[in-house]
Amino acid sequence: MANESGVLVVAETAEGAVAAITLEVLGAARRLADKLGQPVQAALLGQGVEPLAQGLIAAGADKVYVVDQPILAEYQTDAFVPAVEKVCREANPSIVLLGQTDVGRDLGPRLAFRLGTAVAMDCLDLAIGDSRLVMTRACYGGNANAQHTCKTMPQMATVRVKSQEPLAPDASRQGQVIKVAVDIDPAAVRTKITGRRKEEAEGIRLEDAEVIVGGGRGVGSLDGFQTLTELADLMKGAVGSTRAACDAGFCSVATQIGLTGKVVSPALYIAVGISGASQHMAGLSGAKNIVAINKDPEANVFRYCRYGIVSDWKAVIPPFLNKVRQLRAG
Amino acid sequence: MLHMICCVKQVPDPETPASQFKVDEAAKKVLPAPGIDPVADEYAILGVEAALRIREALGEAKITILTLGPEAARDSVKKALAMGADEGVQLTDKAFEDGDSFATARALAAAIKKMEPFDIVFCGRQAPDWDVGVTPSVIAELLGLPCVTRACEVKVSDGTLTVERVLMDGFETVEVRLPAVVTISNELGEPRYPQLREIMAAARKPVAAWSAADLGLDPSQVGAAGSVLSLDRLYVPVQEAQCEFIEGETMEEAAEKLATKLREAKLI
Repeated sequence: MANESGVLVVAETAEGAVAAITLEVLGAARRLADKLGQPVQAALLGQGVEPLAQGLIAAGADKVYVVDQPILAEYQTDAFVPAVEKVCREANPSIVLLGQTDVGRDLGPRLAFRLGTAVAMDCLDLAIGDSRLVMTRACYGGNANAQHTCKTMPQMATVRVKSQEPLAPDASRQGQVIKVAVDIDPAAVRTKITGRRKEEAEGIRLEDAEVIVGGGRGVGSLDGFQTLTELADLMKGAVGSTRAACDAGFCSVATQIGLTGKVVSPALYIAVGISGASQHMAGLSGAKNIVAINKDPEANVFRYCRYGIVSDWKAVIPPFLNKVRQLRAG
Repeated sequence: MLHMICCVKQVPDPETPASQFKVDEAAKKVLPAPGIDPVADEYAILGVEAALRIREALGEAKITILTLGPEAARDSVKKALAMGADEGVQLTDKAFEDGDSFATARALAAAIKKMEPFDIVFCGRQAPDWDVGVTPSVIAELLGLPCVTRACEVKVSDGTLTVERVLMDGFETVEVRLPAVVTISNELGEPRYPQLREIMAAARKPVAAWSAADLGLDPSQVGAAGSVLSLDRLYVPVQEAQCEFIEGETMEEAAEKLATKLREAKLI
């Protein structure tokens, strides 16, 4: 293939709507496409998803390729990979973008392989340099950043959640909707999903929370996390944790923030008994203000903080909680 | 007898304190922290653990450890052999070095093919150096196999794999026919720690070394030469936050000051 043009976003849907990550990626796609003088395309796959095409156009797409078939009702590698591949061959983009989500992590590498190219995963930043896509991603547990370009077309990247700004939706935007049919043999789907259980922490979703109280192994116990929950509830926020705290059994895996947990972007993150290992801090790339309470004045977490208190958390959080209660009541 | 191949990688210790983590920007490489030895990728070691648990359930199975890396990576192979694996294969050709995930997968897939017949390929969900998590999917593509990622439990029965895997908001159970590639996440649990006797026995287990030629691969297909994703820069991002430490006559006073400051900043 030659004369590649276009920034194609593989859209995701959740509960009958366009997923937030897709709107973010479309924002990035629009900015990149404008620099290149190329259009923004979207690939919309699923069952009963065609009505969502207009929303993708409002969010920045010029052309939406729709593959609406029952076999695509749920994400399955062996159904989605050939379908997205067909769209990419038809659209012939110079760049393909996906979200770094369960789908993106699975689809990205396999699609790149089928298209004879490579993919940079979990990118924090995308830019154009010399007409090429410059992809920046974190590595070494968040201790370092790596910058990549790709020698082959299309250039592919998955994009970290909450790292890109979506456009303000414009319902008056015009675009083209192209229906694509793909022949997928159900017998070719090799994996069978036999069960699924959601495990979400109660209350506000971590990914949406404006205030998060995070606990590390230093919190020391389930009871300790109870206190943090009380504080989070008071501030109408959510409770987060580190992998170490989860592995120690102090909290549910659903609360884990970090490289292998959730990525969050609260206005305020209060880190309690957290050393600030880069793998945890990697999940806080979107946090606007970080405050930490830690016994160790040299703790890595303080390098990321606006405010810090060097102390055992048990001496600080109870009076902090009382003062917050007082301030909110007054 | 079931044959399981576990891909293991040796990486700089992820527990290296951030203050000791340094990059040589000109060479685009991480400088080894003095006194901190590299370790076996913890997720890959859990892959070995998953294989050992399956062997225990079935009564018997063959477990081979596969690694691509410099000669020093033999330590990671030895650790896996001490845990209970039977033999190892090392890909130490210079041609394999500095590849992107796709070039590395090409070498690993060729080695795995050379070890046929096999039933399961275990990998870690992502290696704690580059944190990419692409290589296992590409190995699966090259070998025409399904790949189930982020497993926290793996069971085998009558040629079918039942995997419980971790999603961003919960868990999922997946069934797939063998052969398959499976990647393991930390939720699998704790790996077994070898006893001294097992460590010594591991020294007698065979470890083969294969080159690109042994795999029928041209050097241009693997390593840096076979890569399309170029690493243009590697650097430590500068942390710009200036932390204001809040103090008081008592911790209570400090805590109250903090609450007041956050209230003033309209953050609570």
